[in-house]
Amino acid sequence: MAAAFPTRTHRPLSQLSRNKAQLILHAVMLSITVLFLVPLLVVVSASFTDEIALTKNGFGLWPSQFSLDAYNYVLLDPSQILRAYGVTTIVTLIGTVLGLIVMSLLAYVLFRHDFTWRRPMAFFVFFTMLFNGGLVPTYILITQYLKLRNTLPVLILPYLVVPWFVFLLRTYFLTLPKEFVESAKIDGANEWQIYRHIIMPLSTPALATIGLFCILMFWNDWWLALLYIDEPKLYPLQYLLFAILRNAEFLSSNTSASAMLASTQPPLQTTRMAMAVIAIGPVAIAFLLLQRYFIRGITLGGIKGE
Amino acid sequence: MIRLTDVPNAHRPVGRTVQAGRLQRLAQSLRHNMPFLVMASPGALLLLVFSYLPMVGIIIAFKDFRASLGIFDSPWVGFKNFEFLLRSPVLARITTNTLVLNGLFILAGLIASVGLALLLNEVRLKIAARAYQTVVFFPYFISWVIVGYFSFALLNSDNGLVNRALQSVGLEPVAWFSSPQYWPLILTLAHIWKSVGYGSIIYLAAMLDINPEYYEAAMLDGANKLQQIRYITLPHLVPVMIILTLLAIGRIFYADFGLFYYVTRDNSLLYPTTDVIDTYLYRALRVNADIGMAAAAGLYQSVVGFVLILVSNWMVKRIDPDRALF
Repeated sequence: MAAAFPTRTHRPLSQLSRNKAQLILHAVMLSITVLFLVPLLVVVSASFTDEIALTKNGFGLWPSQFSLDAYNYVLLDPSQILRAYGVTTIVTLIGTVLGLIVMSLLAYVLFRHDFTWRRPMAFFVFFTMLFNGGLVPTYILITQYLKLRNTLPVLILPYLVVPWFVFLLRTYFLTLPKEFVESAKIDGANEWQIYRHIIMPLSTPALATIGLFCILMFWNDWWLALLYIDEPKLYPLQYLLFAILRNAEFLSSNTSASAMLASTQPPLQTTRMAMAVIAIGPVAIAFLLLQRYFIRGITLGGIKGE
Repeated sequence: MIRLTDVPNAHRPVGRTVQAGRLQRLAQSLRHNMPFLVMASPGALLLLVFSYLPMVGIIIAFKDFRASLGIFDSPWVGFKNFEFLLRSPVLARITTNTLVLNGLFILAGLIASVGLALLLNEVRLKIAARAYQTVVFFPYFISWVIVGYFSFALLNSDNGLVNRALQSVGLEPVAWFSSPQYWPLILTLAHIWKSVGYGSIIYLAAMLDINPEYYEAAMLDGANKLQQIRYITLPHLVPVMIILTLLAIGRIFYADFGLFYYVTRDNSLLYPTTDVIDTYLYRALRVNADIGMAAAAGLYQSVVGFVLILVSNWMVKRIDPDRALF
């Protein structure tokens, strides 16, 4: 514990002891990062382990007996995972593009002081962040009244407008110099032109950041599928992974691979892990490339959270 | 499409000319605002359908809902659903679990995020600092479904990594998925693992705002690193800590469904310590098809959650009006 008051008896640390402190710091940080990576390592190593060896020796940080059986099994008939990838890609693309358009339009309207009913509209958007009808009414509305169960739009529409992102965009618009809008008005530009040719081009950094968060939201979503999808053809990636983990049989339930391998025992345990690795892969690469934009987004959003 | 229905004083008898003037002004106002209304309409419509219509559906909590009759034709039952909910032991369990576990997450998350930010801030080798940050931020991008795979690989009692490690040092393996007493700790660790990178970024950003002259002055006075952290860095972070904690308390009645559902693998043996309001709602609706109870519990969550957000925002506003939600 530090002394109650900083005193003059402490001289600046010598070079040597400062290096020692840095070494200890690195040791601490390295142990933390290793601990953080253990779960990931265990799953990756299991996916490269022989099925029988995994059952016998258990999960480890390194394959106890290296094998590509799991990946071969997945590649025998990759239609299931490719299909899920396809569903997720379509949902993510359409959801992000549509979401950015819809949210930026709404943010634009809330930003323009010329709009007479700006305040009531802002409250209309904002109130949804404070109060909601809850799971049951939403579920009944979507399944029984809108009849959206087992459709692609149900994976997109409920997430298109994120009120928090709308307000982030509006805040960003407010930081742009006022003169741009004013001079455009004097030149006779209408609202659509101001939105399309002035505000949007000036806001690409904010749009890109919020677009990334939308991509992450759609890509990682399992909630909407858990509630509204029970048609395997429409399973998005995350929900397929959940179905496989819950019931390993699902792996082989609608593939021809099971027929081909009927005589031998399919490597179910390791194949599950291989599926997880295949699903994480692209996310990991994208994360490594785009990390700093996410960091900028978090600090841009300030302290109000996700 | 949004229409203007609110004409002030429309019920009063007014002269023809005045009325005509009003109508004209209204028409003018509509013409002026039309582009804005059109631009706002897609987003407003989506919010209307997916946020406001379900609010009307709150009446389900006071009905004996039958799918064949629909929401409006199902018979009213008054507070029957709430009576059932109050009488069942589940209400106390899910309320306690939600509050206690979220409370643990807030406290542990605060300490871990600030601690990690302090450590990262001291690393002088920039490449190393960036590498550490990358690793601790990475879990933020992993979905809870995948974390479910991790919990299976680490904790399953037959061949999970943790039990193997216990056995290799001569300890008895633990049946994790049937031992609820360990789960508050496991869930807290999972929560920290996934969110501490995000949290530390916010605190690191706050540290960048501290004027370096404070540290220079402190070093001249012979303050060591720990004293600098204790008397300069931490006091500067306190406002951010308070605000983030208050905002988290505002959401304490809502649980992170994915964490509780996938990491526990929805194991009913663990419900005594892991069943929260959100997992109960899902189960009541989709597994037990107990619409009445689910609707009553959902309304309970919405109303208490609403009050908590208002209270926490009121407190934030008193401390720092700029950071309040409204």
